[in-house]
Amino acid sequence: MSFWNSTLAVYRRELSGYFATPVAYVFIVIFLLSIGAFTFYFGQFFLTGKAQLDVFFGFHPWIYLFLLPAISMRLWAEEQKSGTIELLMTLPVPVMAAVVGKFLAAWVFSGIALALTFPMWATVNFLGDPDNGVIFASYFGSWLMAGAYLSIGSCLSSLTNNQVIAFVVSVVVCFMFTIAGHNMVLDFFQGWAPTFLVNAISSFSFLTHFNAIMNGVIDLRDLVFFGSLITLSLFINAVVIDLKRAD
Amino acid sequence: MIIIEDLVRRFGSFTAVGGISLRVNKGEVLGFLGPNGAGKSTTMKMITGFLAPSEGRITVCGHDVVEQQFEAQSAIGYLPEGAPAYPDMTPVQFLEFIARVRGLKDDAAKKAIETAIVRTGLQSVLEQRIETLSKGFKRRVGLAQAILHDPPVLIMDEPTDGLDPNQKLAVRNLIKAMSANKAIIISTHILEEVDAVCSRAVIIDKGRIVADGTPSELLARSPTRRLDDVFRSLTTPDTEIKAEGAL
Repeated sequence: MSFWNSTLAVYRRELSGYFATPVAYVFIVIFLLSIGAFTFYFGQFFLTGKAQLDVFFGFHPWIYLFLLPAISMRLWAEEQKSGTIELLMTLPVPVMAAVVGKFLAAWVFSGIALALTFPMWATVNFLGDPDNGVIFASYFGSWLMAGAYLSIGSCLSSLTNNQVIAFVVSVVVCFMFTIAGHNMVLDFFQGWAPTFLVNAISSFSFLTHFNAIMNGVIDLRDLVFFGSLITLSLFINAVVIDLKRAD
Repeated sequence: MIIIEDLVRRFGSFTAVGGISLRVNKGEVLGFLGPNGAGKSTTMKMITGFLAPSEGRITVCGHDVVEQQFEAQSAIGYLPEGAPAYPDMTPVQFLEFIARVRGLKDDAAKKAIETAIVRTGLQSVLEQRIETLSKGFKRRVGLAQAILHDPPVLIMDEPTDGLDPNQKLAVRNLIKAMSANKAIIISTHILEEVDAVCSRAVIIDKGRIVADGTPSELLARSPTRRLDDVFRSLTTPDTEIKAEGAL
């Protein structure tokens, strides 16, 4: 039984699980409504008079911050609570395959929700002549960022069998990653911390990296940042699950 | 087929399993008896690779459970306590998932699923979500999952717990029918079950084996010739432990 076979089996089970329950539909509807409300109400999308979507993408981190932990909170906490973890871990499935399979399902699911915002893209193209390259880069960056939120949430979910705890802690940790580059945070450190530390903290900011991609430049550094954050979170996730065997 | 050598498992300062050695051969149905908390489930969780042993070695079909975890797990069918299953799936979807993870493909998978369904009598509930099934059917879904790949080793934690007398009989007959070419371990605290299905019984108490023999050998130990009395004379009742603790 190869690694990818196991991963694929877990992935398929998980993804169909979203659509077997109302979770998928409720999530997608709330996601689209909130992103629409933010863009048109608070973002004054029409008043800006510009054929671009940066107002729309600008709200993504904040919407992800609250909605994606709701997806990731159950990934491992639920298995541990209901005892199905014992079933899963006694099947010949490598822990990492289960971790990756579950994460991929959640990530693809968030991608489906994101793709369903295509009427926004259609609207700007109908009304004006936007730079579609920038828009696709932003979509890609947004999805990558969603993966980072989900991997952190998945990792934290493995630490508890309580979904509420997993949700709350994920929101807090994701919030810190989101605003790490904000002046409010940096000012706090600037007075006493050495420059390299301040720079390190600001370089962990989701907003900084996402804004860079939103400008239409897919820089290798931003890809590496999100990619390695996802990898690291999933690795810790697998280690946590594995440690519970010997606990 | 199953060789357990000096198995020890500690949880912090508490020793759940304190040095168990056992050998179970093909054709044997071993009844694992003991009071609640004696270490039955912990031992089974170690045989199936869910928990790592603190000390000792377990070999299943020639594969060390720690060193060659997946080879060992491929040879085992396991029904965990309470028969956990994914509640949002139907029995068919669930068995398809297990077949995929077990590496069964196309025709082989289809045939294995059909056989398991017939053997466990799941025909009438195939399209119902598992969460809506009665306790008896849920247990049978767990059994179907355990026997799906026709494993040479079968580990079942309280397979008849919570079933009505008809269902108990059906499960016992199923175990008997499969016993000829498998090594089977079942845990139970229903003593009549030992007489009904087991070719050998092991009584454990406080993590140690206190008796090992055929059901009739164990009966011979008591002047009353009743298994209840053998059990009571060999094991420590819960209430006595509490009374000692209170002092």
